[in-house]
Amino acid sequence: MNPMPWSATFFIPLLPFAGFLINGTLGRRLPRVVVSTVALLFTALPAALVAWLWKTMCATGAPSSVESTIHPSGFDWINITGLHIDFAFAVDHLTLIMLAVVTGVGFIIHIYSVGYMAHEEGYWRFFAYLNLFMFFMSLLVLAANFLLLFVGWEGVGLCSYLLIGFYFKKYSAASAGKKAFIVNRIGDFGFLLAMFLLIVHFGSLDFKEIFSILAQNPEWQQQGAHFLPTIALLLLLGAAGKSAQIPLYIWLPDAMEGPTPVSALIHAATMVTAGVYMVARCHPLFNSSPLALTVVALVGAATAIFAASIGMVQHDIKRVLAYSTISQLGYMFLACGVGAYAAGIFHLLTHSFFKALLFLAAGSVIHALHGQQDMRWMGGLRTRTPLTFWTMSAGVFAIAGIPPFAGFFSKDEILYRTFTSPNPLHIVLWLVGLLTAGMTSFYMFRLWFKTFFGEPRFDESASLDLHGAAVHARSSSTLTLEADDQGGTMHSVHESSWIMLLPLVLLAILSVAGGWVGIPAALGGNNQIEHFLDPVFANGTAGEGIAAMTGHGLELVLAVISVLVALVGFYIAYVFYYEKPGTAAALAERNKAAYSLVKNKYWVDELYGAFLITPMLMFTRISELIVDHGLVDGSGAAAGATTRGLAWLTRKQISGNIRSYAGWLAIGAAAVIALMIFGNVLKGPL
Amino acid sequence: MVPTAYYLILAAMLFSIGIAAFLIKRNVITIFISIELMLNAVNLTFVAFAHMWHQVSGQIFVFFVMVVAAAEAAVGLAIILSIFRTRQTLNVDEIDLMKS
Repeated sequence: MNPMPWSATFFIPLLPFAGFLINGTLGRRLPRVVVSTVALLFTALPAALVAWLWKTMCATGAPSSVESTIHPSGFDWINITGLHIDFAFAVDHLTLIMLAVVTGVGFIIHIYSVGYMAHEEGYWRFFAYLNLFMFFMSLLVLAANFLLLFVGWEGVGLCSYLLIGFYFKKYSAASAGKKAFIVNRIGDFGFLLAMFLLIVHFGSLDFKEIFSILAQNPEWQQQGAHFLPTIALLLLLGAAGKSAQIPLYIWLPDAMEGPTPVSALIHAATMVTAGVYMVARCHPLFNSSPLALTVVALVGAATAIFAASIGMVQHDIKRVLAYSTISQLGYMFLACGVGAYAAGIFHLLTHSFFKALLFLAAGSVIHALHGQQDMRWMGGLRTRTPLTFWTMSAGVFAIAGIPPFAGFFSKDEILYRTFTSPNPLHIVLWLVGLLTAGMTSFYMFRLWFKTFFGEPRFDESASLDLHGAAVHARSSSTLTLEADDQGGTMHSVHESSWIMLLPLVLLAILSVAGGWVGIPAALGGNNQIEHFLDPVFANGTAGEGIAAMTGHGLELVLAVISVLVALVGFYIAYVFYYEKPGTAAALAERNKAAYSLVKNKYWVDELYGAFLITPMLMFTRISELIVDHGLVDGSGAAAGATTRGLAWLTRKQISGNIRSYAGWLAIGAAAVIALMIFGNVLKGPL
Repeated sequence: MVPTAYYLILAAMLFSIGIAAFLIKRNVITIFISIELMLNAVNLTFVAFAHMWHQVSGQIFVFFVMVVAAAEAAVGLAIILSIFRTRQTLNVDEIDLMKS
């Protein structure tokens, strides 16, 4: 084999980019078969490359070796005095896992999209954007320095914007895209400031270099150098924007306006986890500041429970999943905040499987119901769409944390590591995490029961109902259906085509088995994923030591508790939505204030609107009047008016009348003579 | 002997009449005549000063001016003729093609 096989890593982002160029430029004229072939081929090849890379890396660099990072030769990118940045990639075990998620899950979702988008306008555009996203995302995870990571970071943000606003003719979709983009800018602002501070204090943006400088200067940490927490917190702000954490989570629920495969790929499996990846990648920086770590844990825990509570009362199937995503991302941040980066990445991995599955299955349900997204108009789909039901069940059980599904192991690992962490707040954080686990289980089974069990509610003539009319208006634009299609075919609820079901089956298998790579020692496994990541988080993991201290008993007890909580969530959902379907409504009726608070998402959007956006808009209005209309437009208009006035004056001279010319000539001559005669008198000899 | 100032005052009067006629009159030929009047007013000052300083150069200037005036009269009358042929008028107010 080639002695420098690592240059092949450059092809992992470049191939999807080639796919983007082909589909983006020629796609409009190409038949759909060719467009999808190109898109699939240029995502399948990087996936194969990653598989090969994984195999080679595991063969050469054993997980125990310290020098496990591979630097494929890059080239100079920015080279000025005091700052040198390479266009370089680095592959370590963390990157490998992320690459596997991005290319693997990405490829599966590409397959699904071929079926899901088959009847949409702008088919080529969709796949061009999707391939562009794959390019930027692999660039993001491969980057060997902050700046290259930032390029990928911004790129995926752009693709997210483009794909949320894919149905750009729909006002809500276009504005949701803008919202996502603008909210992300706030986070990116933090990221940029962090990069500037890194350049100031470290003189470099290279991960390896920064972390080695940090390791060589332990006195910074002891003396409490204030720039370390500042950098870490600014990075956290960037991560919070991208990964939809408090206070910047508001864009993700609206992002559900995009096509469902996009929600699965970008807003569940890959892009939104970039923040977690970034925090994990910068773990030495975060480890150096206990304050920043605590903030990370608090933000994560708060987001987890906050989003879960909103998710419990949503009616739109995709919004439930969106809030669930925010909540699960909160878990990952919680894990990072207590120093359990490997557990966070493990949850990232399993979450990407089961949440992609849930979204795709939800897409299949929506497809079957011709665009209906409201769970109040679903029900009884178990027999109509059996394969969707079974695969989605795997996802639901996985996210709810029922063993032996994937989510159980990763969530349990996070809860265990939170409980045993040295953080003074660890019990509170653990309780919040546990409560969130119960809520997660509740809202997922709520979704499950409402969608697949009970009486079918979708063939009622919903259009008579006021709310139903609104839903219809939305659904008809979500899927470009003919108006007469709506009423007539509501009865012909059907299972999706095989090309949509195949990805569901693949992801269902992963959702069941994906967690088995991280079976903790307490349950007879050896937590392979944590050992796999050991070279990356060598400084961060202290889990083995804690386990040795407390033994496996505690871990088992905690696991049993979290399973019990999940079962309680299941039972409540069972009672509310299966056994006695009216219970939930009655409960909501009794606690009207609390219910409407949660139902309206705690009015966070409205609060932001009142306290941030309205004053800002007012400020821009005033600036528009004073600066734009007053100064900028005014100076231009004044210059124009002056010129025009002068022109008017001089134009009067050019009358075309010979005698007026002669008159001017005579006046001029008289003036010269007068000057010659009286000039001497006025100011001496001329 | 008549003082030089008398000649100069006469020349100034002739020149002023020329200017006034040039500005007031509408007929091209009248304007043309007023130009001749101004030229001759200048000639008169030249001759007057030549006589006063006993210098010949002033009188030589006068000959030059006369030659130029004769040439100008020939060209000018030709222009006037062609204007009349094309426009059927000699009113300067109507000759305004250059007016913007």
